[in-house]
Amino acid sequence: MKKCIKDFKVVENQRLHPLYSLLRLTPVDGTKLDGVKPGQFVQVAIDKSKNTYLRRPISINNVIEETNELWLLVRKAGDGTASLMETPEGEIVNLILPLGNEFNVTDKNKRVLLIGGGVGVAPMLLLGKKLKSMGVTPDILIGARSKNDLLELDAFREIGNLHISTDDGSAGEHGVVTMHSVFMSQWDKFYCCGPSPMMKAVAAKARETGTDCEVSLENMMACGLGACLCCVEKTVKGNVCVCTEGPVFNINDLTW
Amino acid sequence: MVNLEVSIGNLKLKNPVLTASGTFGYGTEFSDFIDLDRLGGYIVKGTTLEPRQGNPYPRMVETPSGMLNAVGLQNKGVDYFIEHIYPTLSAFKSVPVVNVSGAKVEDYVRVCEKLAAETDIKAVEINISCPNVKQGGMAFGTTTHGASQVTKAVRAAFPGTVIVKLSPNVTDITEIAKAAESEGADAVSLINTLMGMAIDVEKRKPCLSTITGGLSGAAVRPVAVRMVWQTAKAVSIPVIGLGGIMNGRDALEFILAGATAIEVGTANFIDPAVTVKIVDYISEYCQRHGVADVNELIGAINR
Ligand SMILES: Cc1cc2nc3c(=O)[nH]c(=O)nc-3n(C[C@H](O)[C@H](O)[C@H](O)COP(=O)(O)OP(=O)(O)OC[C@H]3O[C@@H](n4cnc5c(N)ncnc54)[C@H](O)[C@@H]3O)c2cc1C
Ligand SMILES: Cc1cc2nc3c(=O)[nH]c(=O)nc-3n(C[C@H](O)[C@H](O)[C@H](O)COP(=O)(O)O)c2cc1C
Ligand code: FES
Repeated sequence: MKKCIKDFKVVENQRLHPLYSLLRLTPVDGTKLDGVKPGQFVQVAIDKSKNTYLRRPISINNVIEETNELWLLVRKAGDGTASLMETPEGEIVNLILPLGNEFNVTDKNKRVLLIGGGVGVAPMLLLGKKLKSMGVTPDILIGARSKNDLLELDAFREIGNLHISTDDGSAGEHGVVTMHSVFMSQWDKFYCCGPSPMMKAVAAKARETGTDCEVSLENMMACGLGACLCCVEKTVKGNVCVCTEGPVFNINDLTW
Repeated sequence: MVNLEVSIGNLKLKNPVLTASGTFGYGTEFSDFIDLDRLGGYIVKGTTLEPRQGNPYPRMVETPSGMLNAVGLQNKGVDYFIEHIYPTLSAFKSVPVVNVSGAKVEDYVRVCEKLAAETDIKAVEINISCPNVKQGGMAFGTTTHGASQVTKAVRAAFPGTVIVKLSPNVTDITEIAKAAESEGADAVSLINTLMGMAIDVEKRKPCLSTITGGLSGAAVRPVAVRMVWQTAKAVSIPVIGLGGIMNGRDALEFILAGATAIEVGTANFIDPAVTVKIVDYISEYCQRHGVADVNELIGAINR
């Protein structure tokens, strides 16, 4: 679909966790959600929060073609996300989409590991689905603080082999993601989204093992359209906009 | 039919709606959302003589009804603009205006000379008011001497319309406006961003890499309207008003305060289609108020 500003209706708002909601949305005018790529995001207008002025960037978690649904997995960070999480079913939210680049995928890489931490699991679902449709069964490593903070596990199980690590050891392996035993195996590619220390640790792992690695950054944004130059990341090519040249970057292009 | 055409020096705009520099990219970023040809004109990103990487991240933070930015004039320089960007702009009928910045008077002059020699750009907006660069920038816009120096030099270097963009970070903006007028500026535009600062109290760190930045958005509007009103009374050249315009009503506030045209900035981030809605609103307002020509509204407040 072409980049557009569009009203979506909340079909379902599922509170997965005290801090997380899954919003299932569909375009009010029935526009087909085709051609949305894994890694892309939307800019959501948050009209109900008096303390929120600009739109908020949120990753596209999933697209269901049969029902024409777009999913957003939202984690409460401040007033904007809190307000978005409270949007009742039937209400309208206004989105600008689809924004940003995409994860590079190829069916040549067979041993692929998706790594998601916290709300960083969001873009991994659509990416995993895409890989699966190309005949690549990905392994998925999800990191969380604790057992109760693991989200969308059933959906991830459907698309690949699931691995878990928790900081407190209440599920899966004990410790941070990069300590997980999946890293003992050889991989063709890592895809990672999560808190910046986690992505940096995965990037270090990738360099150590000579594995190709793409990460999805979450720099603070104003426009999301490449117009304001607020969201820049320092790369080997200088400062580039995360909203247009990212959010997905190969670690070879980053300075960390 | 309402007449929406306004004139800024020799420049004719089909309506008073322009876009503010640094908030609209090169225009093409918005062509998926609006028909650029419907705008009076659009003012492209701040352009400097040499390429600039701008300031380190973080460069923005949201504040009540606004935002602080510290972009610091990141751009690829005037030669890149002329070679790669300018040709793409010729596809549009709206008037492109180039916003020019520099650290030295000489820089402004060189950029304007190049634009005059190698393009058909009809107007420049001279930014003497950027709070986000260490040298030059706002320094020229905070003294009458600095404003006079830059305006005089640019006037001699550029044959088209010269708009001087003023800083609100001064005690009396009308003095600076008069200095620009007396050195031959065709118009002044105001306001650029207000210097501000925000601190993350949990981290005990400034929110911006540069500590201070420029405030824009709805929060600055009353300050901007006041300055436009004062300036319009003090000079006889056209005043272009901006600062916190979020919709058509806000745009009319500036016109009634004395602005001949307006620029839309931060609002583009929230609604990328807002500019054309403002054009429609002004036209509809004129009809509703029995006004045949938008020029009749300039400075037309009842007291
Ligand atoms: C490309 C991209 C994709 C994203 N995808 C998702 C997603 O799928 N789900 C989700 O819940 N969130 C996602 N985020 C993060 C989300 O945009 C921020 O959490 C949100 O903007 C915070 O707004 P707020 O009003 O709730 O909080 P604010 O009151 O604005 O801020 C609260 C706290 O959150 C921090 N914060 C603000 N903006 C960001 C940001 N962009 N990234 C990280 N921390 C931030 C602030 O530093 C502050 O400490 C994404 C961000 C980007 C850039
Ligand atoms: C991200 C950002 C970048 C800007 N860059 C420039 C610039 O390069 N040159 C300039 O003259 N003004 C620049 N400005 C100032 C705007 O053009 C405008 O004067 C100011 O934002 C007030 O208008 P607004 O409240 O409608 O945004 C910038 C503003 C923002 C928010
Ligand atoms: S957020 Fe404006 S350029 Fe990326």
